[in-house]
Amino acid sequence: MRVAIASGKGGTGKTTVAANLARVAARRRLSVQLLDCDVEEPDCALFLRPRIRSRPFVEVPVPVVDEAACTHCGICADVCAFRAIVSLPSTVLVFPELCHACGACAVLCPQDAITEEPRRTGQLEIGEANGIAMVTGVLDVGEAKSPPVIRAVKERLDPQADLVIIDAPPGTSCPVIESVRDADLVVLVTEPTPFGLHDLRLAVEMVRALELPCVIVVNRSDVGDGALAEYCRQEDLPVVMEIPYDRALAESYARGALAVDALSGYRDLFDGLLDRLDGIVSGSGADPQAPADHAEVSR
Amino acid sequence: MNELVVISGKGGTGKTSVVAALSRLAGRSVLADCDVDAADLHLVMSPEPGEPHEFSGRSQAVADPERCTSCGLCVEHCRFSALSLDPLRVDGIACEGCGLCARICPEEALTMQPVVNGEWRLSQTSWGPLVHAALGIAEDNSGKLVTLVRAEARRVADEAGLHLIIVDGSPGIGCPVIASLSGASMVLVVTEPTIAGRHDLGRVLGLVQHFHLPFAVCINKYDLNAEMAQEIEAGASEAGARFVARIRHDRAVTDAMVAGKSVIDRSREGAAADLIEMWTQLSDELQAVALEEQGR
Repeated sequence: MRVAIASGKGGTGKTTVAANLARVAARRRLSVQLLDCDVEEPDCALFLRPRIRSRPFVEVPVPVVDEAACTHCGICADVCAFRAIVSLPSTVLVFPELCHACGACAVLCPQDAITEEPRRTGQLEIGEANGIAMVTGVLDVGEAKSPPVIRAVKERLDPQADLVIIDAPPGTSCPVIESVRDADLVVLVTEPTPFGLHDLRLAVEMVRALELPCVIVVNRSDVGDGALAEYCRQEDLPVVMEIPYDRALAESYARGALAVDALSGYRDLFDGLLDRLDGIVSGSGADPQAPADHAEVSR
Repeated sequence: MNELVVISGKGGTGKTSVVAALSRLAGRSVLADCDVDAADLHLVMSPEPGEPHEFSGRSQAVADPERCTSCGLCVEHCRFSALSLDPLRVDGIACEGCGLCARICPEEALTMQPVVNGEWRLSQTSWGPLVHAALGIAEDNSGKLVTLVRAEARRVADEAGLHLIIVDGSPGIGCPVIASLSGASMVLVVTEPTIAGRHDLGRVLGLVQHFHLPFAVCINKYDLNAEMAQEIEAGASEAGARFVARIRHDRAVTDAMVAGKSVIDRSREGAAADLIEMWTQLSDELQAVALEEQGR
């Protein structure tokens, strides 16, 4: 089962859900892989503290112009849709940070004066944390394009794993699409506030555009108003877990502890979530329309 | 003219609530919502919405399957796996609009056409004009739309003779954030005293320093973990922050947001008092930055 954890709005609890879910699954002796695709701000490792085995670079091809062969015809600059290459009378300038690595300049140069060389834009951290295989993508600071790093993380997806959890970045644009596109199920984490609801609507539209099934986790479920519940009902979106606001949870998160380890009540809650997701993906058992599990937390 | 850009690295630290409060405190200014991927500022500004304007940030390949002879040249060269044959089809979500396929197709079965991938508006609020935008779902080029929103905000500020633009930025450190930073007068980074907040702050400050921009840090909900807040404060000062403000955890902030308001509209105590204190420091620093710029 491949489950992507996403959200329109940032800071709703994606990482909390991804990391705790991974932990309860590993405790059941399932083979679990966690892919952290929030490569601009990858935070899962702060909670799971994996032993890192290797750190391969992520590289993208960028054009290199052989000035000796170049006739300065300017075709490369004309064909570049991203204005990453500029042809001047005596030289050709390449702006690697604008390049999308489409290869058009190299393919269309009549002199074959353009080759491509790899340029580093990020790094992977591959490791293991208490039975959870982890791959974290880390975009280099100053780099604008996260999709190549996300693709590199996804290339490490283990097709043999019982459960693959993909922690996606916030939003609804290209990096999110890249992260969630081949998941069996998308879990959208939100909160019952106007910001949470507004951004959830966008996220649901995105998931539907990709024709993926999705379910909802409501974090801080007792703050805000009832508009979110009403929206989920109208749109037939199954709410698979609700986490009421809990200062102890916020504090354990703040110091980097996992709720399922540090606080009572959360292990059952996340075990319930895992069962429910499993039921939905396998199409058996749990009725997605049944009422969600609520946290029963000793305070 | 001063442009204050509010960003956070980590999402959900309270950027938009901070911007909403600043809009109330700063006097009439131009507001620009550059979180084009999930623009929420309008929800707490009660805007009189302006006309939508279309935004086209890219082109996309369009297939004419009738002309296709299935030679496969396009599929072989497309780096984005956006093309398939029999019949020829373009995956609009995967296509990045590079145009290579259209140029190499011997049968002219592919053409490039501009796509509308967002819209923007100039709306009016009680606290000043608001430029806001929405990127289409599953779209690319958020950076271009951010650049457009900022340019529009500058034009509006010039025309109306307003001296401050407050920009609500995106989470992260990628394309839209980079587009919101170039040429800013000052950056305010909103963080939270959590292990993730601290980690992400380090990365976003790296980016701000990369652009050599003056910055201040705001630790929202600092009392959630006072020890972590102290560490963050020390780290931020060492990195060159002009000042570090602290805002206490106060449910009134969320309650105000749920009512479509800013906490400043309802109170002068609690988090509101902290925000007022922060604005005093910010306005001093904005003046200082403006003077430094004149001196140059």
